[in-house]
Amino acid sequence: MLTFLGQRLIQALIVMFVISLVAFAIQDNLGDPLREMVGQSVSLAERQALRDEMGLNDPYLTKYSRFIVNALHGDLGTSYFLKKPVLDIILDKLQATLELVFGAALIILFVSIPLGVYSAIHPKSISTKIIMTLSSLGISVPVFLTAIMLMYIFSIELNWLPSYGRGDTINVWGWETGFLTKDGLLHLILPCISLASIMLPLFIRLVRSEMLEALGSEYVKFATAKGLSLQKIYYQHALKNTMLPVITVGGVQIGTMIAYTILTETVFQWPGTGFLFLDAINRVDTPVITAYVIFVGLIFVVTNTFVDLLYGLINPTVDITGKGA
Amino acid sequence: MNCLKMKIAIAVLAAGVSFSSVAAEITVAYDADPVSLDPHEQISSGTLQMSHLLFDPLIRYDNNFKLEARLATSWERINNTTYRFHLRKGVKFHSGNLLTVDDVIWTFDRLRNSIDFKAIYAPFKEMIKIDDYTFDIISYKPFPLVLQTATYIFPMDKKFYTGQFNGKSKSLIVKNGRSFASTHVSGTGPFIVTFREQGVKVVFERFNDYWDKSSPGNVDKLTLVPIKENATRVAALLSGDVDLIQPVGPNDQKRVSTTKGIKLVTLQSNRILTFQLNQKSNPALRDVRVRQAIVYAINNTGIVKKIMKGFATVAAQQSPEGYVGHNETLVPRYDLKKAKQLMIDAGYKDGFKLTMLAPNNRYVNDAKIAQAVASMLAKIGIKVDLKTVPKAQYWPAFDTCSADMMMVGWQSDTEDSANFTEFLTMTRNEKTGKGAYNCGYYSNPEVDKLVNDAGSETNPDTRAKMLQKVERILYDDAAFVPLHWQNIAWGAKSNIGIKDIVTSTNLPFFGDLIVK
Repeated sequence: MLTFLGQRLIQALIVMFVISLVAFAIQDNLGDPLREMVGQSVSLAERQALRDEMGLNDPYLTKYSRFIVNALHGDLGTSYFLKKPVLDIILDKLQATLELVFGAALIILFVSIPLGVYSAIHPKSISTKIIMTLSSLGISVPVFLTAIMLMYIFSIELNWLPSYGRGDTINVWGWETGFLTKDGLLHLILPCISLASIMLPLFIRLVRSEMLEALGSEYVKFATAKGLSLQKIYYQHALKNTMLPVITVGGVQIGTMIAYTILTETVFQWPGTGFLFLDAINRVDTPVITAYVIFVGLIFVVTNTFVDLLYGLINPTVDITGKGA
Repeated sequence: MNCLKMKIAIAVLAAGVSFSSVAAEITVAYDADPVSLDPHEQISSGTLQMSHLLFDPLIRYDNNFKLEARLATSWERINNTTYRFHLRKGVKFHSGNLLTVDDVIWTFDRLRNSIDFKAIYAPFKEMIKIDDYTFDIISYKPFPLVLQTATYIFPMDKKFYTGQFNGKSKSLIVKNGRSFASTHVSGTGPFIVTFREQGVKVVFERFNDYWDKSSPGNVDKLTLVPIKENATRVAALLSGDVDLIQPVGPNDQKRVSTTKGIKLVTLQSNRILTFQLNQKSNPALRDVRVRQAIVYAINNTGIVKKIMKGFATVAAQQSPEGYVGHNETLVPRYDLKKAKQLMIDAGYKDGFKLTMLAPNNRYVNDAKIAQAVASMLAKIGIKVDLKTVPKAQYWPAFDTCSADMMMVGWQSDTEDSANFTEFLTMTRNEKTGKGAYNCGYYSNPEVDKLVNDAGSETNPDTRAKMLQKVERILYDDAAFVPLHWQNIAWGAKSNIGIKDIVTSTNLPFFGDLIVK
């Protein structure tokens, strides 16, 4: 176990180093941050002076080593636009993003498992066909379209749900949450459904195919022959074994979901990291862009490691140290 | 009995009065929120819009584009280079300090240290205090735009901004970092900031000691939220989550104007959209006939109708109506036959190739307009190699004038015609900074001379004639391709009296807003 963690740590460091190099290298191709900071009549000479002052004219290696030294001291730079340390900004905005992802994950969990199980148990029923057709449609509709359609129906036409932002939040031990106020919850519904819509079809199909596989296995046949009740076979035995790949895929996909929030957050003006990132690209706020790319890289590395560990705990036949088998 | 009647009368009267001045709370959605609370950090419409909430200018343009006295009560020209201003008495800053000439002079000096504003105040030598409520502003040469530049002087609270903050001067203007002035504010304006989370919302509340007691405004609390996506902003208005939005995209205007309980208010802005014809990178464009052919081939009336959905004003020159240099005799000239003939005359019967570069997220429908123009030019045999890029990449390319035809929009900082020519069409000169955005490399000594002379011509009629002549020359020379002036559009709930507070400069006076 410890060897595994040690190996993983080294791998993670290498990956993070490469990501930081790449994130830093793209900076110069994103455009000129000065344009967003000065008025139209400011002369080229004055802009150059400001560039010098900000260290933008230094060679790549100078800039990169300065960045790494600062980063090792916990300073990832200061946003040009928001004028705060980027690490503080990302951690601050992360609360909104995590709430969105959490809400979406709940929806996925409580919708995909029942639907997946149902369609596996009743493969020929009409409901199953409807579920499967809808899920193929769901995969093909882009998230911003889903978001705008939801907004059109539930905000404009029915006027049931708010169209943008987070609404009222309350502070619980330093965490601004929208889950504990009515207004905050109402604001969460549409963005969470939109975000969930990306992954939901995938999970329904995954649960279904795993369940089908489990239902066809020897132990289920044996249990049926033994005369166990169908409910017990489905929900106690088959479902348990179905969960294993769902957890693995789910864990990895949570990382992806955090990255996918960009579109959902932009459409709903959700003040999270995805919106921050897109805004930073538009404004050429390079410190934020670099830090965000590194940050998302970190999330992927951490979730992957965590899933591997969890996998080993749930299924002892998997040897994560890679020595056996 | 009489007494009772009296009481009832008083009660009715009191009820009537309190009813008419009932306080309102509104939420306004813009596409972005102010970058900083410092009015001198960046010259942009966001900053200036904020300045009108938190500060007051000496003078402002009313919605008929006439100058209106604000913190300055009156002014007169004393001699060719000196203007005398009289300051309003009894005006209080948010901090409680009283406004005096010292604050104005302090603000003026600070403006001259701001890299964004210093160009506007370069013609001035100094500002001199006569007494606590009188001052003179002196220019080096006779200067015609003194009053226009005074609309940018929003007096700041000298005492409040003097001293040390985190070991630095409180008055410092910092572009790439936190400064005292970017997070603290004390102006004379109708509102104070009570909450601000950048990118999420800013809450403005009415300043109780606001000097302008005659202001009809009844907005007590104004929440400004940025909503970036056009579709979301419109949805927020239609669903009733916000009361007022700006801008409204061309595709959503019909919807907003036909929805019950919601209205659309549009007015012409003074931002001109043009294409520049680079004579340096493409020799064909040095021929005036070719440039004219291009202008004749581009159906800008059609672009306004089809792409902008009528949400723009077709242009044939730089100066919009109302500007001194606006020349009424210049009309749009779309004529395909004439364009083809001009190409033949110039010896380009078979056409030629040129490169075109336009941004795709800077101006309304910029990329679509560029595509339309490219296909219109194909009709006279000009093969356009079009590239559209995000604004972040566009400006570095524009700095080097890297294509034969480049799109550029311009809004005059001084609300004056000369500003367009100074930046867009005068001969490029690194020393004077003239022609800094002239990617057409158009150069005409007559134009240069007229604009330079207009810079010190104080007779308004003579000056107007000079600037109108400039527009005529640019038109005849086909120095650039005029497209249109973008319109400004507001979407509002019908109880919001937005029409009375918006101006063509796009700086609404929320202090005077009436909500029924």
